[in-house]
Amino acid sequence: MSYGVRLRIWGDYACFTRPEMKVERVSYDVITPSAARGILEAIHWKPAIRWVIDRIYVLKPVRFESIRRNEVGGKLSASNVKSAMKSGQLADLVTHVDEDRQQRAATVLRHVDYVIEAHFEMTDKAGPQDNEAKHAEMFKRRAEKGQCFHQPCLGNREFPASFELLIGDELPNPDASLLGTKDLGWMLGDIDFANGMTPMFFKAEMVDGVIEVPDYSEMKS
Amino acid sequence: MTAISNRYEFVYLFDVTNGNPNGDPDAGNLPRLDPETNQGLVTDVCLKRKIRNFVQLAKEDSAGYAIYMQEKAVLNNQNLEAYKALGLKHESKKLPKDQDKAKAITEWMCQHFFDVRTFGAVMTTDVNSGQVRGPIQISFAKSIEPVLPLEISITRMAVTTEREAEAQGGDNRTMGRKHIIPYGLYRAHGFISAKLAERSGFSDEDLQVVWQALQMMFEHDHSAARGEMSARKLIVFKHQDALGNAPSHKLFEAVTVERVTDASSPARAFSDYQVTIDREAIPASVEVLELL
Repeated sequence: MSYGVRLRIWGDYACFTRPEMKVERVSYDVITPSAARGILEAIHWKPAIRWVIDRIYVLKPVRFESIRRNEVGGKLSASNVKSAMKSGQLADLVTHVDEDRQQRAATVLRHVDYVIEAHFEMTDKAGPQDNEAKHAEMFKRRAEKGQCFHQPCLGNREFPASFELLIGDELPNPDASLLGTKDLGWMLGDIDFANGMTPMFFKAEMVDGVIEVPDYSEMKS
Repeated sequence: MTAISNRYEFVYLFDVTNGNPNGDPDAGNLPRLDPETNQGLVTDVCLKRKIRNFVQLAKEDSAGYAIYMQEKAVLNNQNLEAYKALGLKHESKKLPKDQDKAKAITEWMCQHFFDVRTFGAVMTTDVNSGQVRGPIQISFAKSIEPVLPLEISITRMAVTTEREAEAQGGDNRTMGRKHIIPYGLYRAHGFISAKLAERSGFSDEDLQVVWQALQMMFEHDHSAARGEMSARKLIVFKHQDALGNAPSHKLFEAVTVERVTDASSPARAFSDYQVTIDREAIPASVEVLELL
């Protein structure tokens, strides 16, 4: 028995960063399956389940915009924290943004609107009290009420995603400009966290606004 | 400190008069614009910077309110000194494999630094557990109506170098440029997740500090570039449930900002707008707090 869900998500901005263009971020044309999974997990997730994205429906034309911001270059290192924990000196443990400034541009998407079609599988962490119906109901209940663990975002947290559970079989029509077939090239499918965080890719093709996401096992690392 | 147990959203309205709320490094420090609509933009990070600065001012160095991301132009090489003093190796950049130790490090950071607890921070490389995702998420602020940036040329009655003075034959004048927006009312949306607050230890007391910061931060951020900026409205939605009781977009839609004066002429003051909250559209399980 399948417990598929359809969630409509939309927002003003989105940035699904291409891994090859991360310094000056450039977004993929559409949401990646891994970002879509993250959105579902923001609403409901337990270690007992794993979300699998089946299909992505693109509803609005793909448009980009550039934003340049001052960002911080470095990351906090754990050993610095350790030494501060020992010495109790916070003064040594701050980042002065003026010294570590990087101006970075981001090429982001505008006015996005998608429908994510997904189901979940039970993992080996599932206990006897976990069953598919329970998790499916929990997800649906939360999504219907607008509840979430944290507000889902469209790639980056500064771009919040609005969401709505789609009930029934009807799907909103995609924009006319999306009709036809468009090759989106190799796209990130997800990251294999079990195997040293190996990125997995698939050849994305958008037909009349619909992208079929292959099974995890068919993606290439 | 116990973490907050309610989810919140907020609508934050602030305005600028004859100033530049947020310069665009891509456009020679012109105020940021949405090129499609000409509405003004203020980035999330710009607002977070001001919250940090306010907390640093208000809380000085009181315990638990240190700021990790500091704005300061003093070179600080004490990091290395600390290493030497403790005999630690500089290379060990990864989090310990030991999960408990990794957790202790993250917890310690959350306890001591307000901004880590509130906005999160990326710690170290490779290991996932070294990231804190803070409970507060802020979107880009956008002006209600299109704004028109003006370029104002200014003069300075002095020059920097001798050479310039000689070239001008003692006239000693330089020209500069300022970019201002005559008036713009901006609206930002914020989200506060109770569940993420649990993980970082973001408490009710911290929340009050954030509300205070949002109300007062522009008062302590005056500069030649900013002009007059002020917080105008802070409307908070408090959900009964930690997970929330209503979709955020429905709550945001209940707050409308409309022009009350002739829309064919540009707005120049907050009184040109009216903010209304459609309380009918908000479920009883969500409390509306008008903090400002």
